[in-house]
Amino acid sequence: MTSHSFTLCDTRCQALPSGALFLPDHDTLCVSDLHLGKSDRIARRSGTMLPPYEVQATLEKLENDINATTPATLICLGDSFDDLTAAMNLSDDTQIWLRRLQAGRQWIWIEGNHDPGPVDLGGTHLAAIRVGTLTFRHIATAEKAEVSGHYHPKHQLAGRSRPAFIYDRNRLILPAYGTYTGGLNSNAPDLRKFFEAKAIAVLTGTKAIPVPLSTPPRPRTFRPF
Amino acid sequence: MMALPPRFTKWFTSRDWQIHPHQQDMLNRADAPALLLIAPTGGGKTLAGFLPTLTELANGAHDGLHTLYVSPLKALAADIKRNLRTPVAEMGLPIRIEDRTGDTSYTQKRRQRADPPHILLTTPESLALLTSYEDAPRMFAGLQRVIIDEIHALSESKRGDQLMLAVSRLQSMAPGLRRVGLSATVEDPQAIARELARNPDPCPILLADPGPDPDISMLVTQQKPPWSGGGAKYAIAEVLQQVKQHKTTLIFHNTRAQAEIFFHNLWLANTDDLPIGIHHGSLAREQRERVEAAMVAGDLRAIVCTGSLDLGIDWGDVDLVIQIGAPKNVKRLVQRIGRANHRYNAPSKALLVPANRFEVVECVAALEAVKEHDLDGDPKGPGPRDVLCQHILIRAAAGPFDADTLFNEFKTVGAYTTLTRAAFDDCLDFCATGGYALRAYDKWKRLLQNADGTWQLRDPRAAQRIRMNIGTIQDTDTLKVRMRGNSKPLGEVEEAFAATLTPGDTFLIGGQIVRYEGLREMTVEVSRRADKTPKIATFMGTKFANSTQLSQRILRMFQQPNWPQLPEHTAEWLTLQREVSQLPEADRILVESFGYEDREYTCIYGFAGRNAMQTLGMLLTQRMEELHLHPMGFVATDYATLIWGLDPVPDPTPLFRAPDLREGFENWLGGNAVMKKTFRGSATIAGLIERNLPQARKSGRQATFSSDILYDTLSKYDPDHLMLQITREEAMRGLVDFGRIEEMLARTAGRVDHVKPDHVTPLAAPLFLEVGRIPIKGAAQDRLMEDVAAGMMAAAGLTEL
Repeated sequence: MTSHSFTLCDTRCQALPSGALFLPDHDTLCVSDLHLGKSDRIARRSGTMLPPYEVQATLEKLENDINATTPATLICLGDSFDDLTAAMNLSDDTQIWLRRLQAGRQWIWIEGNHDPGPVDLGGTHLAAIRVGTLTFRHIATAEKAEVSGHYHPKHQLAGRSRPAFIYDRNRLILPAYGTYTGGLNSNAPDLRKFFEAKAIAVLTGTKAIPVPLSTPPRPRTFRPF
Repeated sequence: MMALPPRFTKWFTSRDWQIHPHQQDMLNRADAPALLLIAPTGGGKTLAGFLPTLTELANGAHDGLHTLYVSPLKALAADIKRNLRTPVAEMGLPIRIEDRTGDTSYTQKRRQRADPPHILLTTPESLALLTSYEDAPRMFAGLQRVIIDEIHALSESKRGDQLMLAVSRLQSMAPGLRRVGLSATVEDPQAIARELARNPDPCPILLADPGPDPDISMLVTQQKPPWSGGGAKYAIAEVLQQVKQHKTTLIFHNTRAQAEIFFHNLWLANTDDLPIGIHHGSLAREQRERVEAAMVAGDLRAIVCTGSLDLGIDWGDVDLVIQIGAPKNVKRLVQRIGRANHRYNAPSKALLVPANRFEVVECVAALEAVKEHDLDGDPKGPGPRDVLCQHILIRAAAGPFDADTLFNEFKTVGAYTTLTRAAFDDCLDFCATGGYALRAYDKWKRLLQNADGTWQLRDPRAAQRIRMNIGTIQDTDTLKVRMRGNSKPLGEVEEAFAATLTPGDTFLIGGQIVRYEGLREMTVEVSRRADKTPKIATFMGTKFANSTQLSQRILRMFQQPNWPQLPEHTAEWLTLQREVSQLPEADRILVESFGYEDREYTCIYGFAGRNAMQTLGMLLTQRMEELHLHPMGFVATDYATLIWGLDPVPDPTPLFRAPDLREGFENWLGGNAVMKKTFRGSATIAGLIERNLPQARKSGRQATFSSDILYDTLSKYDPDHLMLQITREEAMRGLVDFGRIEEMLARTAGRVDHVKPDHVTPLAAPLFLEVGRIPIKGAAQDRLMEDVAAGMMAAAGLTEL
């Protein structure tokens, strides 16, 4: 078992090691902050030409998760595209690939701050959606029973920092799923303010690893290794 | 023989000076297209370089820029300005001298471009920036001479390559340009001459009288050096005694952290309140300038410093140099010793202070090498292509250019004479389109080709970004440190170090112990703390690899039956190692395995130099990972690699099979930390990644992502990409140094001795305090993370919400 199972407001959840969220009772897979077309946007705006492979890398990862979970519904939780021009500039191959992934399932584009308008790429465009007891939107609010993205949380454990899910009794924030995405440290006040003390961070990687978000300070002793 | 104009002769006489033979030589050969002077510190090297220019400018007939002086340090440029203005003023010469560095004001810089001085003193980076402006040809049109000071130091890094590329540009703008190089004593002057001259111009080498041999010895101390560590605290009393007996002492350290600790301890022992300062590259500029000014004024009796004082600033009356820690490289030691006694033809006085027992051996080996004038050094490879890419972008920032012309310019640069047109075209394509197999950026190319075949920036605004990224110095991400409630910074620490701090932790900076209070807007806030032992700041200074020559000397010394040249305590230590285990030999690999606390350790003595031993650590831990031995990390020094993990190594011999190691090397090159670090450096220089500017980092937050991701993505989808080729070349050359592993395998030919002592051996002990440990992200890491995580969840009672 490489994913981490938990229950959020009576809805069963699985945090996959890839950074995707699966709701087994609703056959729903959710990914946040794909930032497709990031290299396109950076090249356009700064002249720096990053390796233009992040769309391919991100969609390969998504295809793997789709194959593993065969969801009836897929939710892209906002910032799916680095900006709307980047969405329009996606290559024909990429568009065909997306349509292939969309075939046979409901596909929801939640709007994010990077992609506030609808895109001509199939699927349904929404500001938020409710699945079971949970509301899915891009940026967290004060509302309870909410799943969001936007902050790209990362959490540090044993000296390593990895993209992480963060949840408590009331809400869940997803890590960024896209390949070219940085992260915000889980102890940043902007992120911390949403959670009560007993929150949990789930690190992504080869295996989803849950840890308490806050740990009581341990006495520090010197140990060479 | 070229006679000195009367004004000059009179000035020399008035000072009771005589022109040195090498200064006269430089004057006689003033018309040579390239000229290299090798002279010891204090040999009037700078004046020798400037005399021809001063005499040419004496009649006031030259208009505009005549001579460009380039030095590796801003401070050196400022210092030379002072020293040069004195004779110019005293002789009443009509010469305007100004410097231009990163510290020069914006208005001053603008004025200099419109109305340049006769002599401009600058750094390689500032020069590269100057050549990036459209008006560069006008500014440099009348340029007669470029003087490159401390060329031996520049030549050791990419800064030298960047500089010589910029000089090739200057040469095109000013065809009559003559080149002068000034160098300290080096092992291969021909190599530097080849880099200096416009290929295929000849470059005569003038050798100044090297002066008498230095008076150099090891400091005798009451207390024995410790088994390990780098602080040399044991020698504080004797060092202080030496400071009292001399006018001004420079106390050199190999790393900034060591300098901080030593300074702290020296200060605690300094009951006479001798004025002692500290100077290193992590200190805030204001702090450094204060120390420099006090030094010039003769107010300081000693200055604790690092490589930041390696180069030729004239610090007044230094009469003793103390080197703390083994010098690692004989050439650098000789150059440092030269900092003492700027009087020509008087022996420099220097003392070596080993920081631990092993360094006693290293110091004695270095002393013997200095006495035998046996300088070390490894030949350099061809010029790096990331610097070439940056130069192409700089050229594009200056306006449209012709590719053939640029290629021909490159071919005149010594380091790039073997550059093929295909390799050049790859670099140009990289700059223009990114050079990806997937042609993605048709719309957003960085460079466009005009109808007449010339190249130019697609978006002229990009020039500004290119200028901001000029330079080849790899700066680690650092954060400013300041006292709470005080806006003046104390200095900088590495971001990674800052990340390990929790409020209440204490560390040393600028000689004081401070308490970490918190991070505020990318600044580390601290408060003063006088009563605690500090947690040590681990900001890294430059780490030198022990040269092959020194390593071989040490191995030869180990084979002596006894060691009359070593202090008794060190000889006893080696004897003890011989009893407990054995001493490493040049033609065998010694491997020791032992447990300590709850880890299993394996120590490999390969004596291949720090970089190669690091690579060996990478390869061996990879093999151990495959054998399910759960390695967790390793640390490498010049002589050994210490690996730790969860399981012991039963038999190390198979680990050293050459074909396996080579195959492992090929696989390993793909995905490891050293390569990623190298990639980051090269990609930044080549313009793929923008320098981490403070303001970008402040606002960047989720927007910036690790360059490791770019490396992984490129490796997966575009493995033959130019940046990966460059990274590989780069790593082979410097950080990876597989060549020295091959050398080690050849000399040991599979002869491995495995010793399993009950505890840490005398020779392995120092490795336990080495910084720069590399974690292995393998099964052990995952296992450990899961264990830690499970423990934390249980402790917090959070197994289920």
